[in-house]
Amino acid sequence: MLDNFVVAIASGKGGTGKTTVATNLASAACDSGHKVQYLDCDVEEPNGHIFLRPQIAASRQVTIDVPQVDTEKCTACGQCGQICQYGAIVCIKDNVLTFEQLCHACGGCFRVCPDDAITPKPLEIGTLACGKAGAIEFVSGQLNIGHVRTPTLIKEVKRHIHPECLAIIDVPPGTSCPVVEALKDTDFVLLVTEPTPFGLNDLKLAVELVRELSLPFAVVINRYDVGNEKVEEYCEAEGIRVAARLPDDRRIAELYSSGKMIVRELPEYRNCFVDLVGAMEAHR
Amino acid sequence: MRIAVTSTGESLISEVDPRFGRAAFFIVCDTDTMDFVAIENENVAGGAAGIGSAKRVIDEGVEAVLTGNCGPNAQRTLDAAGVKLYIGVTGTVAEAVEHFKSGTLTIAEGPNVPSHFGMDK
Repeated sequence: MLDNFVVAIASGKGGTGKTTVATNLASAACDSGHKVQYLDCDVEEPNGHIFLRPQIAASRQVTIDVPQVDTEKCTACGQCGQICQYGAIVCIKDNVLTFEQLCHACGGCFRVCPDDAITPKPLEIGTLACGKAGAIEFVSGQLNIGHVRTPTLIKEVKRHIHPECLAIIDVPPGTSCPVVEALKDTDFVLLVTEPTPFGLNDLKLAVELVRELSLPFAVVINRYDVGNEKVEEYCEAEGIRVAARLPDDRRIAELYSSGKMIVRELPEYRNCFVDLVGAMEAHR
Repeated sequence: MRIAVTSTGESLISEVDPRFGRAAFFIVCDTDTMDFVAIENENVAGGAAGIGSAKRVIDEGVEAVLTGNCGPNAQRTLDAAGVKLYIGVTGTVAEAVEHFKSGTLTIAEGPNVPSHFGMDK
């Protein structure tokens, strides 16, 4: 049984099937008797809930501390503007302007102000929801539209990882800061790809990232029977294990577009996902 | 009067740059003598370009900015410094200054484009 194990489902290219793999893996593992958590860290556009259909038990706002300037105390020395790397606080003549949306909550301006004129003010960046999808513990973050503090919200979602569980993290696509935050300190990464030129190009970028982070990983090739051989050849040449292959089955696309789970509706695919759990157990 | 004009090049016959925050250059000139200096914009890449560019021209002591378009963060910063913003400016930098002197330019009431308008050009 896999417990105290965090697996991240990531990809280079978007649309390869991360959420398909993550939700069906969670379901298959849960049915096999694991204690499973599913954490949707694609906080800019979470979609795991569409398939897992959780009952949400609790939901809360996530905030960061942004600067608030007391104009009575401020002497317009400009130190806050000088330390800020993001343009979130800037001294213009005798005024201090704050641009809260740009604040990365580094705390620098509070520290350097010689006049104690800056105090923290909570700014809502998104919501965090917890609940259950059957026996699966479900956690999801959703960033407020127009906000940029994606990694902060992802970190908050990951705080809910329980040591006794098999935690499955649905990672945003690509290799950006949010992806790094979602991948950090996980035990295993499954990189979902497709056998196309873009799929391969972006897989290589993702492989570079997980190697940089020193994370053990394997590849899942989705729609493996279309496209070309180059992804398989690349994995072979790089000594990368292909942990699973999903065919280009129209029925999967039809189920996905109705928000349905493969392992529920097409029992012949259950083994594929159960085997994937086994592949990770073997790695451990 | 000292003013700044966003420019695609380093001379008075360069075309006005339709962007403010990510304009290629700022031509800072004295409208009386037409003495000028071309400042390469260091804010083109990266974030907070509007704020950085506004700060840059404010530090040059300009009283007005002439440009094509200006986003919300830049507009707010210029406004805080009392710098007048003129938008919809086209033609060469020299022509823009002439239009400014003859009072035919449109002053901005607020930003006329959203954030990140000038990216990916």
